Amino acid sequence: MSITINGSPAGLPDDPRVSLLDFLRDRLHLSGTKKGCDQGACGACTVLVDGDRILSCLALAVQYDGREVVTVEGLADGSGLHPLQQAFIDHDGFQCGYCTPGQICSAIGMAAEAKRGVPSHVSDDLTADVTLTREELQERMSGNLCRCGAYNGIIDAIAQSLLAETAA
Amino acid sequence: MTPFTYARASDAAEALRLATDNGAAYLGGGTNLVDLMRETVAAPDRLIDVSNLSRAIEPTASGGLLIGAAAKNTALAAHPAIRTRYPVLARAILAGASAQIRNMATVGGNLLQRTRCAYFYDTDGSRCNKRDPGSGCDARDGLNRIHAVLGASSACVATHPSDMCVALAALDTVVHLQGRDGARSLPFTDLHRLPGDHPQFDTVLEPGELITAIELPPLAVATNSAYRKVRDRASYAFALVSVAAALKIEDGAITDVRIAFGGVAHKPWRALTAEAALRGGPATIPAFDDAANAELAQATPLRDNAFKIELVRRTLVAVLGDLSGATA
Repeated sequence: MSITINGSPAGLPDDPRVSLLDFLRDRLHLSGTKKGCDQGACGACTVLVDGDRILSCLALAVQYDGREVVTVEGLADGSGLHPLQQAFIDHDGFQCGYCTPGQICSAIGMAAEAKRGVPSHVSDDLTADVTLTREELQERMSGNLCRCGAYNGIIDAIAQSLLAETAA
Repeated sequence: MTPFTYARASDAAEALRLATDNGAAYLGGGTNLVDLMRETVAAPDRLIDVSNLSRAIEPTASGGLLIGAAAKNTALAAHPAIRTRYPVLARAILAGASAQIRNMATVGGNLLQRTRCAYFYDTDGSRCNKRDPGSGCDARDGLNRIHAVLGASSACVATHPSDMCVALAALDTVVHLQGRDGARSLPFTDLHRLPGDHPQFDTVLEPGELITAIELPPLAVATNSAYRKVRDRASYAFALVSVAAALKIEDGAITDVRIAFGGVAHKPWRALTAEAALRGGPATIPAFDDAANAELAQATPLRDNAFKIELVRRTLVAVLGDLSGATA
């Protein structure tokens, strides 16, 4: 059994009780992914699996045999920052920073969903192309809580990064 | 977590072979079961991962849709046929949980998720007949703002938490099962049960029986359908109450209607009394009000949740108002 983490293969734990979150943090020492509630209520543990955002606390590592996981450590190309990481700095998209890795991974997954045309709870027309208004961004990011309340900066950062992507 | 073994089944037949012992549990996305195991509310000795079962969403010969049990919630909500022909289902799914959870959660697992009653989760200090049959129910006289107002029993006042299932209940969905004695199909509304004296059983599934697919019938009324969910915050919260409805009106009269309530009972509540009251009658606000009152005549509030009866009445009237264009 093996899994790919940020492009590198890793052996899965023998004990099936190990969550993907604990596997990343405690066994692979990738502590960027954070443990908030450990019960699927906060989004701090969000990672990307085959490009889709999921909660690593509600995942058993063994369920993800053969899959490709990307964590916040795997986003930047080389020593620089991922554009979304820079945008979070530019817009004060955090105070304590604990929810930030989950916010950033979630936003990347969110952008891919929108590009595929996945509608949201606030989409007026279920069949129309997705336009990521501020209201859409807020709804689509609602699975990531920020106890510092940096939500305005978070949404500004994501909006800037999406705008830059569209312009590029 | 209590130790367990893990195996992944390649198909339903293998899953059934692997789950011969009654301590086994099927694992879909894990968004509920993993949490229940961590909290020691559930302690299966064997997990059979059924995420490799069919996730196909395909047309049936009769013009409906067959949806594999391993289809992800996100994929179902985003499917073009669901969005155009069964919008109530897309809306219900998108109102539930968060995007991350919808990416993990399977259709089969969504049907079998368990109540979020806090007493059910509190293994340390609370009595719960659902978790520990015969121990009692601390919710009945406890903090029961989120609990049931329809179909509850003295043994259990828990509610079913799913949004998706409320839409499925309204849509005349069929559930396909495979068990140790072969395959069978059930109306979706017969899958979940009321608590009665045995709230430990959420459904009528036999030991080892596996949900392999759900089937939506071709249903013309469903193209004009909606889901409205009322909750304590605007997103990422369970329903206080919810309404799934579909409505067809010809020459001012209601020719077809489907209604189900969420957040009010141990199962998604198909509102057959309200439907019967509406069918053939005028699509007016007073008629919607009368139908809601007829359905809710049997509602019984607990200490903290009488508000739900009025809330679901108003929500139904509002949803039918939107679907019909009628105004007060």
